[in-house]
Amino acid sequence: MAEAQRATGNDPVRADARVDLLLIANMVQQNARVLDVGCGDGALLRLLAETRGVDARGMELSQRGVNDCVAKGLSVIQGDADIDLVDYPDDGFDYVILSQTLQATRHPRRVLEHMLRIGRHAIVSFPNFGHWRIRTQLMFRGRMPVTENLSYTWYDTPNIHFCTIRDFVGLTKDIDAKIERAVALNRYGYPIRVNAPWWVWNMFGEQAVFLLTRRD
Amino acid sequence: MTTQAPPSQQQTGAWSEVESPTSLVVRFPDNDPLEMDSGGQIAPLTIAYQTYGTLNAAKSNAVLICHALTGDQHVANVHPVTGKGGWWETMVGPGLPIDTDRYFVICSNVVGGCMGTTGPASTNPVTGLPYGLDLPVVTIRDMVRAQAKLIDYLGIDQLFCIAGGSMGGMQVLQWAAAYPDRVFTAMPIAAAARHSSQNIAFHEVGRQAIMADPSWDGGRYFEAGQRPTKGLAVARMAAHITYMSDEALHRKFGRKLQNRAAPTFSFDADFQIESYLRHQGSTFVERFDANSYLYVTRAMDYFDLAADYGGSLALAFKGTKTRFCVVSFTSDWLFPTSDSRAIVHALNAGGASVSFVEIETDKGHDAFLLDVPELISTTRGFLDAAARARGIAPAGA
Repeated sequence: MAEAQRATGNDPVRADARVDLLLIANMVQQNARVLDVGCGDGALLRLLAETRGVDARGMELSQRGVNDCVAKGLSVIQGDADIDLVDYPDDGFDYVILSQTLQATRHPRRVLEHMLRIGRHAIVSFPNFGHWRIRTQLMFRGRMPVTENLSYTWYDTPNIHFCTIRDFVGLTKDIDAKIERAVALNRYGYPIRVNAPWWVWNMFGEQAVFLLTRRD
Repeated sequence: MTTQAPPSQQQTGAWSEVESPTSLVVRFPDNDPLEMDSGGQIAPLTIAYQTYGTLNAAKSNAVLICHALTGDQHVANVHPVTGKGGWWETMVGPGLPIDTDRYFVICSNVVGGCMGTTGPASTNPVTGLPYGLDLPVVTIRDMVRAQAKLIDYLGIDQLFCIAGGSMGGMQVLQWAAAYPDRVFTAMPIAAAARHSSQNIAFHEVGRQAIMADPSWDGGRYFEAGQRPTKGLAVARMAAHITYMSDEALHRKFGRKLQNRAAPTFSFDADFQIESYLRHQGSTFVERFDANSYLYVTRAMDYFDLAADYGGSLALAFKGTKTRFCVVSFTSDWLFPTSDSRAIVHALNAGGASVSFVEIETDKGHDAFLLDVPELISTTRGFLDAAARARGIAPAGA
């Protein structure tokens, strides 16, 4: 846990952007080369391009998302994280970002490995399935949790690979990735500021953002 | 040496367009030939082209459109032979994505074509007769080299955009590889970096149909005052099937009969699809030259961009600063999405700025010519953003 540092949050870039996107943006060095996998309508890419001067590229599955991105002048490829990351050469990027998409991939481990092959750093944000509300729903209602942030029913959801913060930390060990920074966000999207051990984050963080680095 | 055109060349239709095209023309002198991949050359070289809009003072707003196999320079005006609208009127015009109020749009007939640029129907200065098969075999690179001469002649250093579908997309890729500094953005649509074996096979069927027509006469049909219209029509019919998806054929025609209640038990065009194809064939021969069809299909067959760069497509685009937008269509089986993905893969490997959209449609390969809303919106978004980056003033500003 010593390697995990807390986000300082004192490098605000834009007041109107989502907090989790700002957090990710603050993890990215100026003028870096960035690939955002599952970039949606390009909000993060645009934020990165405008505030960090990065060379921002994206991959997105939905045609609508790609069209939105192209219309913003972003370089975005229609593709699937599970299938098309293979085509990217080694070390093509400084950072590869997977924002709120890990749980929707078919092979999360393989996706993460590709991210750290393509980029020196990987930034992953995901909903924490270990949050106390989720535990409570499962415990007392005995049903798959449906929350504000995770609003899908179990039988109709793109989210097929949920994990907890602890699970994710375990995966980073399995693939021998170094955790540079880790941040847990509360239900309002703000970093949990107390200097707490992992189990607190795992209980009270609704989302987590990890900055990983390849060991080599 | 006679200089009089043979009688068949004086008739109306495409063949008057060969010697006196209804468009702008630039004739390069004998001492400025087109050097060709085959080792041959064309001198003098004539290029027939159309322009729309106005070149700005900085000469930064020029867009070159590259036409497909049977297209021509008449992108956005009434066609002088058919009387129909331009072939890309959904895309090029005032207020459209390739906005002629904002950009200076250029399109030239390809070398080997039959609408005014030097091709097999043009007069061979050595014999005074149509070239026929004496014209050196043309490649996509030859076509692009000729276009570059035109762009030089127009005094333009860098094109804001080069766009085209199918064979036009091949030219876009060739431009981007050969002249990276002269291409700010590139839009290859429904294209491929090489012609597949299946595509070559279809072209060979078309060529054999033409050459099997007795009127083809070794390509010297103009002197005999005849044309291999039957063979050319069959070539067109076969090719036309490849431009459509099975789904679209089924939707449009199904097994519906043509103006009859029951089959006639004959080889008449009982089915609507037969009638449609026959119509496609018979109208095509009025505007297209059979030898041109041989030359231009051959150019596509020979296209293999990676082969020119040691077998690596990524090397063809290494270090390019051009912004690419690659587009494919789900139901296009002639230039399938996998072809476009190969281009995207190579561009990515070369670190290029590339966007890629696969558009869902049942309209097949021909979708790039049709009113497909996602194609229109993608093009508009891509070009608007690039024009801002290039500092091109909006229309009316």
